[in-house]
Amino acid sequence: MTGAVPHAARPAPAPRPAAVRRGLLRWSPLAPATVLLLLFLAGPVGYCCYLALTDTQLTGQESASFVGLANFRRAVTDPAFLNAVVLTLVFTALSSLLGQNTLGLALAALLRRASRPVRAVTGAVVITAWVLPEIVAGFLLYTFFERRGTLNALLAWLHLPTQNWLFTLPILAVSFANVWRGTAFSMLIYSAALAGIPQEVTESAEVDGAGGLRRLWHITLPMIRRSIGTNLMLNTLQTLSVFGLIWTMTRGGPGDRSQTLPVFMYDQAFMKSLIGYGTAVALLLLVVGALFSVVSLRLLREEV
Amino acid sequence: MPRRPSRATRHRLAADAALLVTAAAFAVPLAWLVLSSLDTGATLRVRLPDAPGVANFAAVLTDEITFTPMLNSLLLCGGATSLTMVCAALAAYPLSRFRARFSRPYLLTVLFSTCLPVTALMVPVYGLFVRVDLIDTMYGTALFLATAQLPFAIWLLKNFMDGVPRALEEAAWTDGASWAQTLLRIVLPLMGPGFGVVTVYTFIMMWGNFFVPFMLLLSPEQLPASVSIFTFFGNYQGIAFGELAAFSLLYSTPVLLLYLLISRRLGGGFALGGAVKG
Repeated sequence: MTGAVPHAARPAPAPRPAAVRRGLLRWSPLAPATVLLLLFLAGPVGYCCYLALTDTQLTGQESASFVGLANFRRAVTDPAFLNAVVLTLVFTALSSLLGQNTLGLALAALLRRASRPVRAVTGAVVITAWVLPEIVAGFLLYTFFERRGTLNALLAWLHLPTQNWLFTLPILAVSFANVWRGTAFSMLIYSAALAGIPQEVTESAEVDGAGGLRRLWHITLPMIRRSIGTNLMLNTLQTLSVFGLIWTMTRGGPGDRSQTLPVFMYDQAFMKSLIGYGTAVALLLLVVGALFSVVSLRLLREEV
Repeated sequence: MPRRPSRATRHRLAADAALLVTAAAFAVPLAWLVLSSLDTGATLRVRLPDAPGVANFAAVLTDEITFTPMLNSLLLCGGATSLTMVCAALAAYPLSRFRARFSRPYLLTVLFSTCLPVTALMVPVYGLFVRVDLIDTMYGTALFLATAQLPFAIWLLKNFMDGVPRALEEAAWTDGASWAQTLLRIVLPLMGPGFGVVTVYTFIMMWGNFFVPFMLLLSPEQLPASVSIFTFFGNYQGIAFGELAAFSLLYSTPVLLLYLLISRRLGGGFALGGAVKG
């Protein structure tokens, strides 16, 4: 926000020894965190860039050799990779954009009107689904969607046709699972955002005769647009890195029909022992994540 | 006079109905968890136990299934949380109190790395850990877990710290207190609730983390609960679903209780409050 303190340690043009010492002393607490971040975060990112350009394998190889962009060229023509990209897009669009985001906003809006006990019950249930560990959520949704599971029991009870969901529509099942698990986050963000809209604005629109939908479109949504942006970015980033949920429910199967990019990456690197190729896929994922990070950073910029 | 309240009531009833339907849908898998854990003949679908009892819990409360993995989880996540919080508190202090040319870029980098998908990093981290011989070590895994949570913890703590007024500290400085004394004796106690929330949040995230220990720990006796539960039950072949439910419940209880603790403290909407303000 404001400019630098003129006596700051590093950049001062002609630093006096005392000022340098004071600057170093002041900023020394930053050292442990910086060392950890460099070693275990920046290090792997750098190593990722290097590995992605080699043909490293998990076993049975004397030395890996540098293969340039071969891994990436291979990815572009690999039908399994393209399949994973498409499935990741479907998974993200269904569960993050459509599911978590819309349902979260709807729940937040309804919660403001609901009576107290209903608010408490709904909040507790939805948030519990969010707080449960990923693996437990995976187990629970597996039993829900399995052929002999609860969903089919409910459908049979209603005399509706049943299906082996994890076999016929695995990507839909894992998307629903991600909605179940992730909606609470959007709900909390939107609850906070809606609470921040001044009452007078909504009331005066109501007096002017604007109906519910028009109020939503012309007043509520524009006023919380920054929260919507932030929430979409964070949801998408979270969804892009979902692994455990899918792994416990379907292991990417049947075949490769729920194999999103993280699962594909794991499969290539460890099941097929192609560490170099798996890392190239990871790097692509990282770049996409970084782009989203930059966008969400822009949205949050005024905060720093 | 009679019109307005009736319309408001109608709106409220509609909202209540819609929410109850949603809550019921969300509650079905949770109902399976609770009911099956009490049912020795549990199947894949929700049903009331014929003879409810705690036999499933008795069956999983063994060293191999429950105690060792839970202890491992506690060591791993407790150690990593402590490391994260110490480093984050130290880093947040100068970032909150002083300004230099690099502090804004530093914060932006921290914020940027909070968003990076850690999942994508795990293949290279595995490769790196094999090279430097940290693979299959508890402390290596804890170091990585701690670092992965560090950016977010720094960011949240810095925001909480910004809310602590500087007047008291300046008095302490004039009395000759060092930065360490000021941080420990004045700033941290004043931001106690915020510090607690970030600690608990960090711990919850680590407790539920599956992929990191799944990749970095190999020997069965070192696995935390998040991974051991998967190795015991994950292939769904010939397992007792009641025991799966019972252990899932045991494994989830600590984080549910911890969440309850911090949500009450900050009125439910803590939702990463520092990070995602409107």
